[in-house]
Amino acid sequence: MSFKSISELLNGLTQKEFSSVELTRDYLKRIQQYNAELNCFITIAEDQAVEAAETADKRRETGAAGLLEGIPVAHKDLFCTEGTLTSCASNMLSNFIPPYESTVTRRFLEAGAVCLGKTNMDEFAMGSSNENSHFGPVRNPWDSTRVPGGSSGGSAAAVAAGLCAAATGTDTGGSIRQPAAFCGITGLKPTYGRISRLGMIAFASSLDQAGPMARSAEDCALLLQVMAGHDPMDSTSAQQAVDQYSHNLGSELKGLTIGLPKEYYNEGLDPTIGQALQEAIKTYESLGATIKEVSLPHTSLSVPAYYVIAPAEASANLARFDGVRYGKRCDSPADLDDLYMRTRAEGFGAEVQRRILIGTYVLSAGYFDAYYRQAQKIRRLIKNDFVEAFGQVDLLLCPTTPDCAFPLGSKSADPVQMYLEDIFTIPTSLAGLPALALPCGQANGLPIGLQLIGNYFQEARLLNAGHQYQQRTDWHLQHPTLG
Amino acid sequence: MAWEVVIGLEVHVQLATRSKIFSGASTAFGASPNTQACAVDLAMPGMLPVFNEEALRMAVKFGLAIGAEISERSVFDRKNYFYPDLPKGYQISQLDHPTVKAGSIDIHLADGTGKTIGVTRAHLEEDAGKSLHEDFHGMTGIDLNRAGTPLLEIVSEPDLRSAKEAVAYLKKLHSIVTYLGISDGDMSQGSMRCDCNVSLRPKGQAEFGTRTEIKNVNSFKFVEKAINTEIERQTDILEDDGKITQETRLYDADKDETRSMRSKEFANDYRYFPDPDLLPVVIDQAYIEAVKSTLPELPEAKLKRFKEQYGLSDYDAEILSSSRQQADYFEAAASAAGDAKLAANWVMGDLAKNLNQQNLEISESPVPAEHLGLLISRIKDKTISGKIAKDVFTAMWNGEGSPDNIIESKGLKQVTDSGAIEAIVDQVLADNPKQVEQYRAADEAKRGKMVGFFVGQTMKASKGKANPQQVNQILKQKLS
Repeated sequence: MSFKSISELLNGLTQKEFSSVELTRDYLKRIQQYNAELNCFITIAEDQAVEAAETADKRRETGAAGLLEGIPVAHKDLFCTEGTLTSCASNMLSNFIPPYESTVTRRFLEAGAVCLGKTNMDEFAMGSSNENSHFGPVRNPWDSTRVPGGSSGGSAAAVAAGLCAAATGTDTGGSIRQPAAFCGITGLKPTYGRISRLGMIAFASSLDQAGPMARSAEDCALLLQVMAGHDPMDSTSAQQAVDQYSHNLGSELKGLTIGLPKEYYNEGLDPTIGQALQEAIKTYESLGATIKEVSLPHTSLSVPAYYVIAPAEASANLARFDGVRYGKRCDSPADLDDLYMRTRAEGFGAEVQRRILIGTYVLSAGYFDAYYRQAQKIRRLIKNDFVEAFGQVDLLLCPTTPDCAFPLGSKSADPVQMYLEDIFTIPTSLAGLPALALPCGQANGLPIGLQLIGNYFQEARLLNAGHQYQQRTDWHLQHPTLG
Repeated sequence: MAWEVVIGLEVHVQLATRSKIFSGASTAFGASPNTQACAVDLAMPGMLPVFNEEALRMAVKFGLAIGAEISERSVFDRKNYFYPDLPKGYQISQLDHPTVKAGSIDIHLADGTGKTIGVTRAHLEEDAGKSLHEDFHGMTGIDLNRAGTPLLEIVSEPDLRSAKEAVAYLKKLHSIVTYLGISDGDMSQGSMRCDCNVSLRPKGQAEFGTRTEIKNVNSFKFVEKAINTEIERQTDILEDDGKITQETRLYDADKDETRSMRSKEFANDYRYFPDPDLLPVVIDQAYIEAVKSTLPELPEAKLKRFKEQYGLSDYDAEILSSSRQQADYFEAAASAAGDAKLAANWVMGDLAKNLNQQNLEISESPVPAEHLGLLISRIKDKTISGKIAKDVFTAMWNGEGSPDNIIESKGLKQVTDSGAIEAIVDQVLADNPKQVEQYRAADEAKRGKMVGFFVGQTMKASKGKANPQQVNQILKQKLS
């Protein structure tokens, strides 16, 4: 039951094969069993989950079921949940219980989903390995000596380990797609603005985007349907009408042109991953798609540009954590400066402090033009690369990550090495484009991730292309054997 | 050495929107601390700003009123600094793309001269909260009710040359924003706050001297005093061959001195960058035209019209047009009186005196403009004398009703029947034979003064109701 797709679970609930309470208890049991090892959850909301499941069963009984009625999900711990700890995996917010609900989690509640708890992550979503958590690292269910990726590592590992039916994540430079790839699940980063950011604790506002993490493109379509839409309380959320994602899943790929950005197929790519991608390309050809090489010439500039823009925004976004109004405050501050300095030194972990310092530096008088302004120029060039490419092709196909899940601790000493993990996911984030990560093979028992990139607001096309692939392959059906 | 004073003002005007500039919380003044601060104002995690379009409309109104160019695209930036009453750790403001670009404001000085002062820009931003240092015994209280109140920061060119000019500019600004209805202009509640940049340079020198900035001065009087104090301080330093330090200073009204707050070396690096939570504000010509069509007649136009239409002096026109309420009151009174000059005298004279004494705004006057106008018309049609009119005015001020009712009920109607006046005069002359004798013995020059006695006695005997001109005429006839 734990590895069934959402549509299978919904079917089971409708057919009364099992109730939401039974389903929820089953996941909670697995969480009790495996979370100690995997550390996917920061908060397990056992009582509320069972209560919500009871309500969901009643609603289904009365014929008032929502799109996700009774489906147990987990939320990344940066979505504010009213009355439930929302820590952002930070000591700073280790006591923060929001008095309000984020738009994303509210939409899940309205759709009848059951929240099992809040998932672990890199502190303030800064990281690519989930090792930067105040609550300890998450372990990859395929190999617990390895990282699950980050920053939505807890969500990815929880879905992969069958501890929930699906989970929410957020993606700023790859934080949905890279852990999805490392854990062998399907994750979608929608177009910037497709999903409201209200109540989502900000890392880099111009890049942050919530998205679904699940077992298949089909499940992601259903989840996106619930999550997407304009929110008047988020000025950057798009007015664009929301497509019928699930209904669009049956389209043939005949006539579709898929581009292979040559800069992504370079010598840096692990050969096993390259091989898996070639297989995927063949599958798409057999589905009727035309393959064409394209160029995204500014790709190599994306990581440096990202590590100027994202920290710059973060340095301001995280200024509100000052110990004055909520969250952590240092013990007996001597004066105001002491309050600020000790609260922030004790409240933030090393990576968060590093990015605040970088961000503060690149915005400083005398450096702004050399860093921040240059980075914005690069961002425009990268966006133009994609606009150009989408003039020739309908979708782009490329790897999600340059390698598979790496051992815990192997990259944490070298930030730059860690930052380069996101080389294939960062360009789409800078351009604000939607991208889908899905499993396309394995190397030494570790999942390999394929990435499909779509044009703005073409999530429907992207999900359909992912779904068509998953109709032909079974990589997404593989799951780890837990000890 | 002769020094030239150079002053530029940065004025923060609180806009009179009902809700805050980026949240739905109320902007009303005086609520108990932190009761008008929502999750956005408190900078709770995950909260996002949503721009209040009313603030934009008001900024555009102001821009049009000072003949400024309006930006079709303005951008909000984050101004980063840490302070407990700044919840986000940054203030949302506009740096490179303000809503209002260059414009100008005409000022008039007491000596009758005028001047055009350049306005560099006016940008929208949010106000901070307040730190309360009293009543907390070694701690600081934070009140975030004011946090997020919309401000329009209006930056002048360094075109002002004296404290008097600065005050004239500030008063004109005050009258423009209140005319437009975009601010209540209440300086005592901080609705208008002024930063004064002051520097001196040798007369004739082109480049500016080093300036200091006096922060947060909040009344016309203090602006004048603070600037003059600072001019004296800088003059003393320069006369002693000293150097002015570029710094921020505070004006202490109790001691009438400015003192250093922080020097440039310790100035914040605000690390401005565009706020990614807000989209650029884009407006088109149609929007600007629509706002333009809602502009009222502005002080400068009204002043001109008052001079032309009513034949008022520069001084009278300036005073009467300085506030919209005052101008409206005057026009209503003038129309009821049928005499603008008399109306102007009464509004600026007895009415203003009474209002001042009781510290009332003209909008709170117990005498409606129409009643004042009627009173004036009763002087003109000789129903009452100017002297009696003052008594009627006092009765009106005390709430005794319309002038006609008061004149009627108190029997104050002027006596113009010459027979009746003659009778009184005869009686007065009969009662004062000695004075009559003296008068008749006196020469022409002295007689002029002496006649006053008889006029006074006659008016007294008539209880002030006799027409003074007639009294004079009859007296002269009878005494000669």
